[in-house]
Amino acid sequence: MSFFFEVLIGGLLAGIMYSLVALGFVLIYKASGVLNFAQGAMVYFAALAVVGFMDKGAPLWLALILGFVVMTLFGIATEKFVLRKMVNQPPIALFMATIGLSFFIEGLAPMLFGNDVRPLDIGLVDEPIPAILDAFNIVVSRFDLAAAGIAALLVAVLALFFQYTRVGRALRAVADDHQAALSIGIPLQHIWALVWTVAGFVALVSGMLWGARNGVQFALTFTALKALPVLILGGFTSVPGAIVGGLIIGASEKLAEIYIPPVMQSMFEGNFGGIEGWFPYVMALLFLLVRPEGLFGEKHIDRV
Amino acid sequence: MFKKSRQFAIAVAASAACLAGAFSAPAQAADDQYFMLPDYRVGPYGANGQAFYGGFIDYLTYVNMKGGIDGVPVAWDECETEYNNAKGVECYERLKSKAKNFAAPIHTMSTGISYALVDKTAADKMPLAMMGYGLTMAVDGSVFPYAFPLVTTYQMQASAIIKFLKDKNGGSLAGKKIVFLYHDSAYGKEPIIALEAESRLNKFELVQIPVAHPGNEQGAQWQRIRQEKPDYVIMWGWGVMNMTALKTAQKMGFPRDKMIGSWWAGSEEDVIPAGDAAKGYMSATWNVSGTNVPLIADIEKTVYGAGKGNLSDKSKLGTILYNRGVSAAVLSVEAIRTAQAKYGKGKAMTGEQVRWGLENLNLTDARLKTLGATGLLPEVKTSCDNHEGSGKVKIQQWDGAKWVLVSDWIEGNKALIHPLFQADAKKYAKEKGITPRDCAAEAKKK
Repeated sequence: MSFFFEVLIGGLLAGIMYSLVALGFVLIYKASGVLNFAQGAMVYFAALAVVGFMDKGAPLWLALILGFVVMTLFGIATEKFVLRKMVNQPPIALFMATIGLSFFIEGLAPMLFGNDVRPLDIGLVDEPIPAILDAFNIVVSRFDLAAAGIAALLVAVLALFFQYTRVGRALRAVADDHQAALSIGIPLQHIWALVWTVAGFVALVSGMLWGARNGVQFALTFTALKALPVLILGGFTSVPGAIVGGLIIGASEKLAEIYIPPVMQSMFEGNFGGIEGWFPYVMALLFLLVRPEGLFGEKHIDRV
Repeated sequence: MFKKSRQFAIAVAASAACLAGAFSAPAQAADDQYFMLPDYRVGPYGANGQAFYGGFIDYLTYVNMKGGIDGVPVAWDECETEYNNAKGVECYERLKSKAKNFAAPIHTMSTGISYALVDKTAADKMPLAMMGYGLTMAVDGSVFPYAFPLVTTYQMQASAIIKFLKDKNGGSLAGKKIVFLYHDSAYGKEPIIALEAESRLNKFELVQIPVAHPGNEQGAQWQRIRQEKPDYVIMWGWGVMNMTALKTAQKMGFPRDKMIGSWWAGSEEDVIPAGDAAKGYMSATWNVSGTNVPLIADIEKTVYGAGKGNLSDKSKLGTILYNRGVSAAVLSVEAIRTAQAKYGKGKAMTGEQVRWGLENLNLTDARLKTLGATGLLPEVKTSCDNHEGSGKVKIQQWDGAKWVLVSDWIEGNKALIHPLFQADAKKYAKEKGITPRDCAAEAKKK
């Protein structure tokens, strides 16, 4: 039984890491109603900027600040050069623009900061907590626990920001209808620049944690693949949804990876492992059948 | 006015980019030996490509600086594939007209691109080299005359790793449990057939655990490994999968000195990002690292001394992948020399002639010594029915700062392994309607 709990806890903690990336998607979606295809590339860009500055001799704290400055400039530039002319365009046009942005970042980032795989030490060691291991024979990583704490903090701040600040309310208004928001005096350009900057900050935090775990490298762009089923499940507009979706996806994919392949092997013979690449998507699709707007997504009602 | 000047600026920039591309490699003269290089310097595996192709091009530059291949200069063009199969094929199609007269071996450093090019290169009579990757059954030259999985293959490597572990355990693995953790792709699955055969022969239990691409999250796999309590983990990883495995092994408390990876999981790029988690980890390799190999030292002195080095980051010199690139270029140039010995010294060779050179390669220790490459790679002797030519690897261990060799050259169990892919090659020939060459008759003619 302790093995089951180990897998479950490991899955929940892995899910938090997916949620961190999913949060960036949610922010952009809330503000512009578009799925930001470039979020994975932004995670890579932010982490690469930090290690790039560290390579130039900056200490971690300074590299983090400089990384944030880079992401802020990136947010402002995205609004000025990509989004400004696309106000009131259909969401698919904005989505296509973010695809272009993604490839642009993937080319630009290594040109600016190099494409070598680099380690990132943020002072968190990925080792089991001895007390839990000794008492329950369950591996719980210090790193994963710290990441969960950071994610919880980030979610709390973002939820408060969206719910209780003027800017947060303006963001939600913009997401509902660009033109209506403009007509009541909401400065769309500022809002978009701000939200892309905040999404850049979230990308920076995810990039730090994923980079510290697996090294800073191009593969960080793939973290987006882990976030998409989380979004489908949790809803594209909900910050808490991203967290709950992450927990469900993380736990279910790990349990599935452990317990489904042996059953399949006994039934059909052959090797059926490695299912966690697609299992979360199947799970999310099944979920869509029951609740198309996701767990916490806003129900869309059109007047006929 | 502004609009016009902007258009002009764009046109100038585009022209400059084209010119830069044209001058990024030595201009090809009509009778140069031509290397097409569908390589990758950006994208998911750009860092690996930079080191490998940096070494490859540095050796070609070195050869040119020393007067060419018996007086024949070499020329080359790079084409960025981003490790993408479609782009690899596009690069091949774009460059093949330049290679049609004097084609040198083509190196894609990608199993996927190699698969896509095997039939095309055979039809165009251009030799395709796949050193340590690609289509294993192409060892059988009777079916694949233009494809060369040189030095060693995944199956022979897996067999050599088992031999190493067997020696480590007093000559027997009976009753031991070995987990095979692999990238769930054609590359990762290639050695399974060999490991299963070794498992039956040596009576150890083999547990196969796949990792879905890209492998940046392996919690479940390592929880299973912790439950299985294996004696060893053999890892067939690539890219981010390798460092994630090392970090997760550390998290799960699995000793890294019981982990042994393939040669694509054994470069500095795989272990440095994993930090302390990589200390003690072992991997197979078919070439050694270090700048103390005389050839590598001479490249540094001659090529970089003249400011003609390909690497912008000189610290990659002497790394595993850099030295692998040099080794691949050495074998290619030696194949051309072998062809020249038959078809005419001082002449550029056609694709067909280079193919003959690759098939009759005899890179002895004496020749390696002359080249300053003693120990850099094993001896290689190819033939019509053996396009592999060696089947040997060394085992190296990461000490936290560098790779340290912990074995001499180890040859896999050829008697067990070669028949496996020979059978595959015969099946392939039947499916494609290829009539295999009669290697025995050809050998007699010689």
